[in-house]
Amino acid sequence: MSEPTTFAFTAENLKIVTAIVAGYPAGRQKSAVLPLLDLVQRQEGWVSIAAMDAVAALLDMAPIRVYEVASFYTMLHLKPVGRRHIQVCTNLPCMLRGSAEVAETCKRELGIDFGETTPDGAFSLAEVECLGACVNAPVVWVGDDYYEDLDVEKTRALIDAFKRGEVPKAGSQSGRQTSAPAGGPTTLKDIGEGVA
Amino acid sequence: MLADRDRVFTNLYGIHDWRLKGARARGDWDGTKDILAKGRDWIIDEMKTSGLRGRGGAGFPTGLKWSFMPKEIGSRPHYLVVNADEGEPGTCKDRDILRHDPHKLVEGCLVAGFAMGAHVAYIYIRGEFFREAENLQASIDEARAAGLLGPDACGSGWAFDIIVHRGAGAYICGEETALLESLEGKKGQPRLKPPFPAGVGLYGCPTTVNNVESIAVAPTILRRGAHWFAGLGRPKNSGTKIFCISGHVERPCNVEEEMGIPLKDLIEKHAGGVRGGWDNLLAVIPGGSSVPVIRKEVCDTVLMDFDSLRDVRSGLGTAAVIVMDKSTDIVAAIARLAKFYKHESCGQCTPCREGTGWMWRVMERMVKGQAALSEIDMLDEVTRQVEGHTICALGDAAAWPIQGLIRNFRTELEQRIHQARAGARAA
Repeated sequence: MSEPTTFAFTAENLKIVTAIVAGYPAGRQKSAVLPLLDLVQRQEGWVSIAAMDAVAALLDMAPIRVYEVASFYTMLHLKPVGRRHIQVCTNLPCMLRGSAEVAETCKRELGIDFGETTPDGAFSLAEVECLGACVNAPVVWVGDDYYEDLDVEKTRALIDAFKRGEVPKAGSQSGRQTSAPAGGPTTLKDIGEGVA
Repeated sequence: MLADRDRVFTNLYGIHDWRLKGARARGDWDGTKDILAKGRDWIIDEMKTSGLRGRGGAGFPTGLKWSFMPKEIGSRPHYLVVNADEGEPGTCKDRDILRHDPHKLVEGCLVAGFAMGAHVAYIYIRGEFFREAENLQASIDEARAAGLLGPDACGSGWAFDIIVHRGAGAYICGEETALLESLEGKKGQPRLKPPFPAGVGLYGCPTTVNNVESIAVAPTILRRGAHWFAGLGRPKNSGTKIFCISGHVERPCNVEEEMGIPLKDLIEKHAGGVRGGWDNLLAVIPGGSSVPVIRKEVCDTVLMDFDSLRDVRSGLGTAAVIVMDKSTDIVAAIARLAKFYKHESCGQCTPCREGTGWMWRVMERMVKGQAALSEIDMLDEVTRQVEGHTICALGDAAAWPIQGLIRNFRTELEQRIHQARAGARAA
């Protein structure tokens, strides 16, 4: 996809822009650059030069200042990615629990390598640094959700579900309660109050 | 083992309701107005007495840090900034606070902000924690609607509000001055200190940056009393702490325990033990990726707190315990961390920008033994040229794991080089 020549926030997103900017002191609107670039990406799927120029104009910033921010942060895609962008953590805690096999499974099932997109644009795959869910390793990040406690079989099931157009339930794929030890907590068993 | 009644994070696993109703049932927001009525000095003194040391990794005394803020509010507003940019490999404790106990953090922001004369707190949360940011925002909205935040927070007469700011995937923004740069809408490149944030921080104003866990435990400390917290753990290493146990254990988990718990107890009581038994343990990285690895012999007896781990030339860091059994390729493990630091170096300081790449490339050769024996000492020397020669601690963080490897596993590095040579001769 080539660079579009124009960009505009939707009317709905323009309201969100106003609300975001209001969170910072007068004259400090530059603080909103990351949230606005994130909003661009939620609207368009990626961040084009035209969009960065539009954000620069909205925040009264020199365009180069927006470009340098956009290129510094890895969550912002300066090129289009697949409709499902699958990011596999391979950092040490995930590596110790089999992230290499999870990564291989993703590559095999999708037929692409890290940094590539499937020909139909449905999937792209990337290696990602620590996602901060290490006791639920290995972890894969898709959209706004983490898929945790994966192995080869569960990764295959996950990819299959995405291929069918489903959005599988996020969190632990082994069925345990969030970050509690498998089989149940060793603590907090006497806490009765605050039950949902 | 710590009694449940002494645990702060009673919804750590999200079994119960994380919203305001559930949080109140667990004791949050109870008598907050009375705490504020005791005044700034009382709160700061109480925090000092509690002995709480910052839970983000550096272990600086929290009450003392708060006391660095100017006593009088001048022409520049004061800010509290919460560091929720959790990303130190191995660490996933703040995530549980943010998604399962967010009201502890919201209430903590109010008492901490009040104590340092701030009317606004910014919570900088890593961009990947989208669901966690949703829960946090919902809690802030609930607190506003209930009058716990706002122009007259908890009926205290103190105006206070919290803004959630999402990052976008840069580990370096966990460094406090890089975080402030990022929050100001710039690249996350650390600032030279001094000036320190308490003098010149966010927007050039007095600012204190605290970790999520440090702020979230504050209301409980103030309600139950500094002496309760100080009575747990060991002197200068008091209180409770959320530990993250990952890697080669039977049941990886987060758990809140007493500071100073023996590492072996922590792993065996809560994580089901080392995979294949304690004797199958090779080594542990006890405080997140930046602290040096320790060998099993040390793990047998070491206590999990700041001073005990410093004494064995490692550190408590974020209390993220990465366990490696004897099947681990320890050289490859440390090489993976070297790759991480190379990826995350912000590029500002030459020793770190060039050094992290250099160290990673040499580590990749060390994994295969494709190196000269003399390069082990050269690698160690280069880590020391990076360490202490950069604006922020990322250079140190990149150097320490490799130093720990060389100190503890030199024979492993040497053997690999000998084996590779023997293999080459045989071929």
